[in-house]
Amino acid sequence: MTDLSKLTIADARDALRKGDFTAVELTEQYLGAIEAAEVLNAFSTNTPEIARAQALAADARIAKGDAPDMCGIPLGIKDLFCTKGVQTQAASHILDGFKPEYESTITGQLFDAGAVMLGKLNMDEFAMGSSNETSFYGPVTSPWRRDNEETKLTPGGSSGGSAAAVSADLCLGATGTDTGGSIRQPAAFTGIVGVKPTYGRCSRWGVVAFASSLDQAGPMVKTVRDSAIMLQAMAGHDAKDSTSADLAVPNFEAALTGDIRGKKIGIPKEYRLDGMPDEIETLWQEGAEKLRAAGAEIVDISLPHTKYALPAYYVIAPAEASSNLSRYDGVKYGHRAKLNAGEGITEMYQRTRAEGFGEEVQRRVMIGAYVLSAGFYDAYYIRAQKVRTLIKQDFEKVFAEGIDQILTPATPSAAFALGEMADADPIKMYLNDVFTVTVNLAGLPGVSVPAGVNSSGLPLGLQLIGQPWNEADMLNTAYALEQASGFAAKPARWW
Amino acid sequence: MSIDINTARKVAHLARIEVAEEALPPLADALSNILAFMEQLNEVDVEGVEPMTSVTPMALKQRKDVVTDGGYQAQILANAPDTREGFFAVPKVVE
Repeated sequence: MTDLSKLTIADARDALRKGDFTAVELTEQYLGAIEAAEVLNAFSTNTPEIARAQALAADARIAKGDAPDMCGIPLGIKDLFCTKGVQTQAASHILDGFKPEYESTITGQLFDAGAVMLGKLNMDEFAMGSSNETSFYGPVTSPWRRDNEETKLTPGGSSGGSAAAVSADLCLGATGTDTGGSIRQPAAFTGIVGVKPTYGRCSRWGVVAFASSLDQAGPMVKTVRDSAIMLQAMAGHDAKDSTSADLAVPNFEAALTGDIRGKKIGIPKEYRLDGMPDEIETLWQEGAEKLRAAGAEIVDISLPHTKYALPAYYVIAPAEASSNLSRYDGVKYGHRAKLNAGEGITEMYQRTRAEGFGEEVQRRVMIGAYVLSAGFYDAYYIRAQKVRTLIKQDFEKVFAEGIDQILTPATPSAAFALGEMADADPIKMYLNDVFTVTVNLAGLPGVSVPAGVNSSGLPLGLQLIGQPWNEADMLNTAYALEQASGFAAKPARWW
Repeated sequence: MSIDINTARKVAHLARIEVAEEALPPLADALSNILAFMEQLNEVDVEGVEPMTSVTPMALKQRKDVVTDGGYQAQILANAPDTREGFFAVPKVVE
């Protein structure tokens, strides 16, 4: 038996090739771990038959010496990715029983590389949420707890199942998606690494759309090296996604030298929020010090439109969502409401969507319909898109001045309790994305790196923001930060 | 800008989401709060700024306007709640 709590993708790759264990053995061990962790509610669908068949095929490839890096690596797949013949619901009631007839490009690439799918991972409904509490499957419980408390904590969201599964060692890596912070916030809450690549680096084909100009998939894993390995297999041009970039994908793992001497790291003053907990401020300063000690130059910078990123996001994302989610109408797939005598197609649409969408999704679809409606389109939507231009120009300016990466906190706090925000204004939940949402608006790559624990023993993350298409250099700085931080905390097993 | 009950009813209709009459006042409040949050955008000077249409400066690829794929009727209908004779079936639309 392998100690899964210490195993990484890089280790497993090497051990599989050396024959220390087989993909079938590794997969069986993970299937057992998943079964023993049902209380976390991290997986929404288990696919043991697929996993066993893929593991067997992976072992055959490894034996032949034809094994890509991801060959035989057991993964969890966020429920937002269409997987052929396997329930894909985006954690929504409206997609009840949906089994795609096709495979998303990203999962297809991962499976072609020999990866093993253990199952589908729980998430916020249609990726709208920051705590996993909007899921139709019920919330995911984080494997982490505060010191000696039994309070159930959120793993974050929307990729909360992915974060919980990786940090509880239920898989070696997981796919996530990030529209405003949905990879980086849960990664920070659970002490793992999450990468949101440059917009267009990974194909969106077959990924259930939330806000198409912001959505980007990426890896959620235990180490920066693993993120490089998994991103390599996920990235690349896809003719089926017209926004996917036809650019060569560099070797991300080869870029991890740990040498960041002479790199200029920007510290944006606008990310210093009023009322931000001291532990976040301290973590941020210590992170900057570590990069300085590794030879980087720390530079104070200004991103003056930062404050307007969240309100711009909450115009643009719901607008795109209201358009994207118009396809869920009870005709082509999923749930259809029952009608009374005399009712017709309009009632069918309206009741199907009222029954099928949860409260937060309904709220966003309606906000989107409002900001796109006649008379308000210019005042809200066009204005938000202009502000988005200004936010992107803020970044272009500092990059043009020679800044290589930007260091910020990943989240404004550590993980909170499930239910803690139940009565709060929805906007309070939206504030979780305050440090991450600018990156989506500007189409940039970002990575959350575990950098410390708070006074209750919960993980905290730092975010590095990179130049467009330069994930390789961003990951190298993340690697240096990871080395210097020496983060090794794991959740004490209670499940 | 705050949303009144009539506007909430209209927005629900635009979004094709059935909302009961008694649920309209809290919905109007919730939407108003979110819009108030968005009002911050009015502080920004956007004079002469182009609205973003594409976050990465690249032209969309074009291809020949020809059929490249298709013939999946059975797969396309496979997940539908109701189909008849190779079509999606819905309640009567035209009287």
